[in-house]
Amino acid sequence: MESRRSAWFCAVASLLLLASCSGESFSDAEKATIASMSLASLLPLPADPTNKYADDPAAAALGATLFFDQRMSSDGVVSCGTCHLIDRQFQDDLPRGKGVGTTNRRTMPLAGAAWGPWFFWDGRRDSLWAQALAPLEDQREHAGTRAFYAHFVADEFNERYQRIFGPLPDLSSVPKQAGPFGKPAEQTAWNAMSPDRQDAVNRVFSNLGKAIAAFERSIVPEETRFDRFARALAAGKPAEGDVAFSGEEIAGLKLFIGKANCSTCHTGPRLTDDSFHNTGVPVVPGLPEDLGRETGVKQVDADPFNCLGKFSDAGPEACGELRFMVKEGAALTRAYKPPSLRGAATRPPYMHAGQFATLEEVVDHYSRAPAAPSGATELHPLTLSERERQQLIAFLKTLAE
Amino acid sequence: MKSTWLYVLAVVVLLAVVIGAYLAMPSAAPTKSEIDESRSRTTANGLYVAAIEPESPGMKQGELHSWILTVKTPDGKPVDDAKITVGGGMPDHNHGLPTSPEVTQYLGEGRYRIDGVKFSMSGWWELRFDISSAAGSDTVTFNLVM
Repeated sequence: MESRRSAWFCAVASLLLLASCSGESFSDAEKATIASMSLASLLPLPADPTNKYADDPAAAALGATLFFDQRMSSDGVVSCGTCHLIDRQFQDDLPRGKGVGTTNRRTMPLAGAAWGPWFFWDGRRDSLWAQALAPLEDQREHAGTRAFYAHFVADEFNERYQRIFGPLPDLSSVPKQAGPFGKPAEQTAWNAMSPDRQDAVNRVFSNLGKAIAAFERSIVPEETRFDRFARALAAGKPAEGDVAFSGEEIAGLKLFIGKANCSTCHTGPRLTDDSFHNTGVPVVPGLPEDLGRETGVKQVDADPFNCLGKFSDAGPEACGELRFMVKEGAALTRAYKPPSLRGAATRPPYMHAGQFATLEEVVDHYSRAPAAPSGATELHPLTLSERERQQLIAFLKTLAE
Repeated sequence: MKSTWLYVLAVVVLLAVVIGAYLAMPSAAPTKSEIDESRSRTTANGLYVAAIEPESPGMKQGELHSWILTVKTPDGKPVDDAKITVGGGMPDHNHGLPTSPEVTQYLGEGRYRIDGVKFSMSGWWELRFDISSAAGSDTVTFNLVM
């Protein structure tokens, strides 16, 4: 009788041990990685020395107004908020953004963007304010010109502008439409302006970007179920209620930071390494050739609104990212920035041109690791079972709840 | 009789636990302990002895920071006219450094400031210096594990 009881005890204890090994336990290294990915590890928003209005509330308020103002476009119906939808994580759920025309790239969400050194999928801008300027003049997006925006702010936001940025220049001799990326007549008008006039317009234009950037700095990542789980894990407390991860979610998290190598690039609390990687994402038939970072480095180097340019408020000592960026090499070809995965599960489609409609397609791509259309993929094939794929997806969903 | 079967069940389950734990052990390529992380090395052809140290302690993954490279001859004389280029990357991941670090200042005593270094992810990194001076050209590679 006694031996029978102890036999039961052994059997039950062994089963409990097996259950605990099915995922509840994390190694110290895993715990450290999980903690590094949680929002608790996010450093305070870094200062932006290139934008002396970055933390000016009046600039942020003007920026918010401009962000949603549809008059900031050639057809009067496109604002920043047209593609960066406030109730959709500041993105638009489309494969390629649609403004006045259709772009070649997926609209990026904005939460946490202010922490990153590079903007757009290819890092073709190096500050939040320089980024904000580019769509305003892109013929497929807002399709306006910098002269148009200078006149617009002088006409509509004169007092608010001058209270923040000081006196507006005399724009009486500036054409209504003139800019280096406008229609041919608008480019001609821009080229006919004196360098002083161009500078005066550029200064107003750059200040609009700085106001919009000041607003965008307030768009921060929100706490997710993963963060609550990570907090309980770090505190050594059992996760309870909705904070507790299912066995599938735990297995997915272990894959994410282990065998599937996701956390190699999707690292830190924003789940991006802020760098550029070729992961062999397919081309979209019909779109022009897209070389990713290879083109992006040339564009940011040439941008008059970059960190080293005269409209930046920072000295060269604050421009390390630009000064020491990798400018050439095969690794730049079709390399793109890993987006944050926070909220990703609820914002298909995926990749820089919306190539994949579902997370299943994304995970399948990273599992197969096909050869890159150009350049070389950094991926190595994984052999993920159907069950492991579902586990990864289950974990990704915890970053969007 | 029944208790014997329960013992068998317990043994089977325990074996499953042990095998499961063994299979779950991470099998990373070279482990941290196998990588030579020494911060002072003789260059490949023996022309120089190079040493590196971060300019300030507490460097963080993902942040730009600076290193001090000290170049001396094998008999300990500082090399003050070296032309140095910096390279490296992650051997496991088929990519180079995320930035393009450069020598920005000669600090004297064979010491050179290397600016613009960034390690964007955890893992094994190589930092390579190609060093040229009147003594000749040579190269040295350091390993770092973030």
